[in-house]
Amino acid sequence: MRVIRFLKGLLWLLIRLPKILYAGLLGLFGWLRAPRRERIVPERETTARAEWTVIVLLFAAAAAGLAFFVFYVVDIPSSTQFLGLALGVCLALIAAALVVAAKKLIPTEHLEESYPGEAREDEEQLLQVIHETPSGLTRRRLIASAGAAAGGALGLSLVAPAASLGPFLDTESLYATPWRAGRRLVDDRERPYLADEIVTGTFYTAYPQGADPEQLGSPIVVVRLDPSQLQLPEGRADWAPDGILAYSKICTHAGCAIGLYRNPLFPQAESKPALVCPCHYSTFDPAEGGTVIFGPAGRNLPQLPLEIDPQGGLRAAGSFSGPVGPSFWGVRTRGPSSS
Amino acid sequence: MRARKLLITVPALAMLAFAIVAYAQPPSGIVHPPNQESKTPLELGSELFAANCASCHGIDGRGVSPSIPVHGAGDIEGAGPDLTSAGAQAADFYLRTGRMPISHPGEEPERQRPFFSEREIGALTRYVASLGQGPPIPQPQPSSGNVSRGMELFTEHCAGCHQIVGEGGYVTNARVPVLQHASATQIAEAVRIGPYLMPSFPHSQINDRQLNSIIAYIETTKHPDDRGGLGIGHIGPVPEGIVAWLVAAIVLVGVCVLIGERARA
Repeated sequence: MRVIRFLKGLLWLLIRLPKILYAGLLGLFGWLRAPRRERIVPERETTARAEWTVIVLLFAAAAAGLAFFVFYVVDIPSSTQFLGLALGVCLALIAAALVVAAKKLIPTEHLEESYPGEAREDEEQLLQVIHETPSGLTRRRLIASAGAAAGGALGLSLVAPAASLGPFLDTESLYATPWRAGRRLVDDRERPYLADEIVTGTFYTAYPQGADPEQLGSPIVVVRLDPSQLQLPEGRADWAPDGILAYSKICTHAGCAIGLYRNPLFPQAESKPALVCPCHYSTFDPAEGGTVIFGPAGRNLPQLPLEIDPQGGLRAAGSFSGPVGPSFWGVRTRGPSSS
Repeated sequence: MRARKLLITVPALAMLAFAIVAYAQPPSGIVHPPNQESKTPLELGSELFAANCASCHGIDGRGVSPSIPVHGAGDIEGAGPDLTSAGAQAADFYLRTGRMPISHPGEEPERQRPFFSEREIGALTRYVASLGQGPPIPQPQPSSGNVSRGMELFTEHCAGCHQIVGEGGYVTNARVPVLQHASATQIAEAVRIGPYLMPSFPHSQINDRQLNSIIAYIETTKHPDDRGGLGIGHIGPVPEGIVAWLVAAIVLVGVCVLIGERARA
């Protein structure tokens, strides 16, 4: 019972809060204005035109901010250009409104006075100047709502892109990969790779046959190393038939494509073979199961087990050793799922 | 006090000067045999090889493994790859671009002025080719290539390291050379050899027709028409962003001056 009464009281207070605040402000204003004296600053005429300019600019800025949101939600071609345009126009209009307001609406008075000697009297005079300086505003509420609209639209356009940070709660799609045992490796023209075609010294990009190559879990890099040099982690002994290795082409740091293969001409005196991401130089060792040997990547490059079918074609022998792509919440908790 | 400062400064400066001179030196001990006109190319080549290359590549060109150290000129521990299958292709590439000889094994061979004369390069190339069944100097025909197909292939195979307009860059543990100085033949050679840490691309991956297209594309990047305005070195978005910020900063200061009011003294 007591709790309910307390909540009721709180609700009552909340409903009346604006009124209470308004009354308090009025009281404060009245108290400030109480002493009436002879004016120092002359009355200023209202500035209707400047006010309307500010109001129109602010509402236009709000419209531009909303346009950003619409461009973000509706997928249109060259949307980034439109997004930039909308945000730029919104900010420029707000800036213009602030400039007009500062020049025309905010009162400015100059006190041509050297350093005050006797403080008390001057101080009172200064206070009086501040009080009497006309605000000249006639459409205070309209300007306030225009400002709120512009601010709200700008805030919306700044917050909305956070939705692009990825699925927040449902991370299931991030584990998905089309690779599963028996799937053929094909090149970008759907031509199947044969094991004999894969030579040492270079690297190949492969995709799962009949799957969407754009999916994050699709592209892989294939290299061939001398089988005697492989030091794969435990349990991956048969993942690299004839020294042919496959790794996800998506860097585990920021999701760039692993486009660089470092291959020494004279391995005895030069750096060992490595898969390198061109974005931040994360460097992975293909001979040791894709371990990170340099750079900001936090997880090893997921390896795909391979097998050679009786016709000599390359096929996957299972799914990746770990989830593909940049890390996300819970990425280390389980392996990828075949879709 | 002053004397002590001098005592430190003078030797330090002397050491710095010495270090700079030592650093700027080309690999020491390049030998140019005398009476070159009277020798056959193969004779001259073998003499050049014995004097300048053998400490790392072995006297028979079969290479030197770092596990069996050989002390060569300047008491450098030699180690280098087998050249019996390198052929004229690799010899021509490394000598004509000044990448060989290098002063220490494992050092990244970098483009510079060739160490040998035209006659000497020809002779050494002949000699290295005679060591085994290596590939000959390729003869690409970039004029028969397709520039737009070349750009596609370049993007796929080369741009990751060499950057999309061939301005070079970095890969971990190596500098990636700029392609603007490379001739068509040198590009074709490098694609097949894979110098230093570069992958080598066999015919099965990039055939000669595709290679012509790639070279045709690289040739066009040597003279970009910069439609967007200033090229700013063609090295990507970072300098472009910095220039944009510099311009924006000046514009912003200008706007501040326009809308602001100078404080009265």
